[in-house]
Amino acid sequence: MSNPVLEIKNLHVWYRTYGGYSRVLDGVNLHVYKGEKVGLVGEAGCGKTTTMRSVLRILPEGQAHIPEGQILYHGNDILKMKPRELQQVRTRGISMIFQEPAAALNPVFTVGTQMFDVIKYSGLSKEESRKDNIKRLAIQAIKEVYIPDPERILNCYPNQLSGGMKQRICIAMAIVTARELLIADEPGTSLDVTIQDQVHRLLRGLVEKKEMSLIMITHSLGVARELTDRIYVMYAGNIVEVARTSDLFANPLHPYTLGLLSSVPKLTGGGVAEGIYGRIPDYLRPPGGCRFHPRCPRAVQRCREEKPLLRDLGDGHQVACFQV
Amino acid sequence: MNANLQPASDINVPSFAARFKEGFRKKWYKFSRNKLSVAGLVIVLAIVMAAVLAPYITPYPEHAGKFVDYGNASLAPSATHPFGTDIFGRDILSRIIFAFRGALLMAVLVLAIAVPVGVFLGLLAGYYKGSLLDTIIMRVTDIFLSVPPLLLALAIAAVLEPNLTNAMIAITIMWWPWYTRLVYGMATSLRNEYFVTAAELIGASKFHILFREILPNCLSPIFTKMALDVGWVILIGAALSFVGLGEQPPTPALGQMVSDGTRYMPDLWWMTVFPSLAIAVMILGFNLLGDGVRDMLAKGEHDHE
Amino acid sequence: MKLHSYLLRRLLLSIFVLVGLSIVIFIIARVVPGDPARMALGPRAPQFAVDALREEMHLDKPLVAQYYYWIKGVATGDLGRSLVTKRGVLEDIMEFLPATMELVMVSAIFVIVFSILFGALAARYKDKWVDSVIRIMAYTGVAVPSFVLAVLFVLIFGYLWPVIPALGRLSAGVQPPVSITGLLTIDSLLTGDFPVFWDALKHLFLPALALAIGPIFQEARIIRSAMTDNMGKDYVAAAVGYGIPNHIIMGKYLLKPSLIPAVSVMGLDIASLMGNAFLVEVIFNWPGISRYGMEAMLRKDLNAISAVIIVFGLIFVLVNILVDLIVAYLDPRIRLGGKL
Repeated sequence: MSNPVLEIKNLHVWYRTYGGYSRVLDGVNLHVYKGEKVGLVGEAGCGKTTTMRSVLRILPEGQAHIPEGQILYHGNDILKMKPRELQQVRTRGISMIFQEPAAALNPVFTVGTQMFDVIKYSGLSKEESRKDNIKRLAIQAIKEVYIPDPERILNCYPNQLSGGMKQRICIAMAIVTARELLIADEPGTSLDVTIQDQVHRLLRGLVEKKEMSLIMITHSLGVARELTDRIYVMYAGNIVEVARTSDLFANPLHPYTLGLLSSVPKLTGGGVAEGIYGRIPDYLRPPGGCRFHPRCPRAVQRCREEKPLLRDLGDGHQVACFQV
Repeated sequence: MNANLQPASDINVPSFAARFKEGFRKKWYKFSRNKLSVAGLVIVLAIVMAAVLAPYITPYPEHAGKFVDYGNASLAPSATHPFGTDIFGRDILSRIIFAFRGALLMAVLVLAIAVPVGVFLGLLAGYYKGSLLDTIIMRVTDIFLSVPPLLLALAIAAVLEPNLTNAMIAITIMWWPWYTRLVYGMATSLRNEYFVTAAELIGASKFHILFREILPNCLSPIFTKMALDVGWVILIGAALSFVGLGEQPPTPALGQMVSDGTRYMPDLWWMTVFPSLAIAVMILGFNLLGDGVRDMLAKGEHDHE
Repeated sequence: MKLHSYLLRRLLLSIFVLVGLSIVIFIIARVVPGDPARMALGPRAPQFAVDALREEMHLDKPLVAQYYYWIKGVATGDLGRSLVTKRGVLEDIMEFLPATMELVMVSAIFVIVFSILFGALAARYKDKWVDSVIRIMAYTGVAVPSFVLAVLFVLIFGYLWPVIPALGRLSAGVQPPVSITGLLTIDSLLTGDFPVFWDALKHLFLPALALAIGPIFQEARIIRSAMTDNMGKDYVAAAVGYGIPNHIIMGKYLLKPSLIPAVSVMGLDIASLMGNAFLVEVIFNWPGISRYGMEAMLRKDLNAISAVIIVFGLIFVLVNILVDLIVAYLDPRIRLGGKL
């Protein structure tokens, strides 16, 4: 296979807090190929968003600290890029859709103003950045996310739009100029279930049509199953299992993955979902060894002392657990 | 081995003392993270100590009143009189320290009266939002907030006899509306919270709802505002005394000393400059401390993923 | 709520506030002093003169009637006679107000320009030395009352280092321009008298600065903290992620929403500016309405006191309406309200 579009290697991210460093990411590895749709699944607070924000280098300045790791975009380390190169990645390479569309749009500017700027500063040629061309591109993008009457939408302020519309606008802004990779951070979570489904389908359609790669962050295995080719399961700042989507559901291996699957209520009955006991650990004092061991029903002494690394069990199915 | 599966193991409720200690440690961390807040605390403590102990620590305590020594009048700063002496031969340093007393007393008394009154009216108006009571209280508040505060205080103080008590009355009259408005905003949203509705449903008294359910949730912004307001009260007090509407001579007051000094500028510059600096340092200390208190009581900021 | 109904509501509220204010002033000037006529004439005045004045001021009638006569006078521009200048108070105010307006406007301009500049700089270079310098300036600027600054300015520039005039509106011997607006700078520009314009401007600088320094830094800190708060918002992260250049984000996407809280308190700041002008005008020997009011207060000239407060209340109400308009312009959530 060709080289990956994006490859994250052993990424560590810490946050400074009053109690010391909060060690959120603890060596994340992840890659995406061209045209591939990848899911990043885990419960709230496990570091999914942090991982993806480090890719665009939009972590809170002054608080986030990256002691170790590489984020390679076509082989170039984003973390070491100069502003100009980074700008290239942001305008041409990767764009991101946020969980909360209401927060991701600036409340005091019209949709048009915001979209025009995204296009204007995306490194177009002089010819392309003429006003009418910018407007044409914006209208085209709004049509692509199936919002009627784009002209009127451009003159609206975000708070005049519904949640679903706002999220479509965010998607439109992310695809308005050509990008290779789209990162979607739980784009449906804050929306009604029916709208959520529409947004997911819209995303898949657009990614396939434009032959982009997609990283879909979600806490729901169900969503990942529908949308992705391959799934990374993340727990407390570690990737614990990687597999092709079909393999993962057919043969889940990591105890955490099993727990996640069992916490989905089944339509076929069988009572309340089992779920996983306990909570995400305190990142200020993360448990030693495997970070999952305090919640793991199969933990043994070794799990407390040594950190399990991802092992390949063949066919790209990797798992980080001694007990598998 | 799998002790973690038993829920009891991680329900480890710390003792009250431990929680208190932890809470204090956290608050102190938040406060002391900013070195300027600590500096403010030190300045304020020093001023308060100096004011309380004024008769014992000032070099010339008798100079704080009617005292004349023309032999030592108008001396420039020196070892015996670090800040110099005024035209009556009184030690300016001693007078400044005594003047802190009036300024502190004013700040404490003004806030001690204005805050409870303002908070109470704000609670009432907020809880009974939409009623006639709300309309009356809030419109009166609007009126008081519609004139420059210093102007109104000046006008009230001017009409009354000029002295420290009346200056305090004047400042108090214009100070409560700020607290009414602050608490009003919070109370109007808090009254719709479920815990208030729950208290209403079980038939709790209005007193209980206002002071036990709503008020505790407003305390942190109130304390923050109080901490930041001390400096302002001192400033307005100094302004009043500057124009002769505060403490009357021979009792020293900072604003009054500045204004006396202006008549002898630039030759007796120390008569103006040192009291001016004293005002600035005092207000600075309280402002820094107030900021520290605000940081300490602020929520969030570091509570993220 | 649409813009016009929002403004209409604010306007009605302002009228209500003014009426309420007039009652407060009436109480301060007519009820609290006990016998305003005796107060006006002094303790040694003969009783018949006091009685005559009492009748002239309608003090022999019930309070409600007194208020009625007084407010009727105010509404028709009859603010009574100043007991000190022996002229109509309205006349006095027309004479002294322009000087104050000029001073307050120039300091308001200082406040607006420098608070935005410093606030944005401090936020842009958060936790760097620029931020620290501005923070220290802010603490000092807020802690030194404007009257203390004024005294120090007069001491420094009036005596020790006279590079810029510290007292009065014009240098001695400079002929003021023909009064058109009463604002010396504008009048001299209108008449094309540039030397006078320059002289007037130089005289404005120190008092305006003494008034502006506190509010400049206070606003700067509000803008800084609003900007740093907003920096953590997703829409900024999103804009950065879309590759929008930093200066556009700072100067446009971050600045506009961050100005809203600062503008909202700008009205209050201008109010305190006018309050502080009271002391600053006295110190700089500035022939404005504040100095006039100050003297009226010290001499218990009740007609003048009430008139001055009314004028300030009126200006304050107007400023607040203006502030509301600007906030509504900046914030579409207020301008447009609900969903489409």
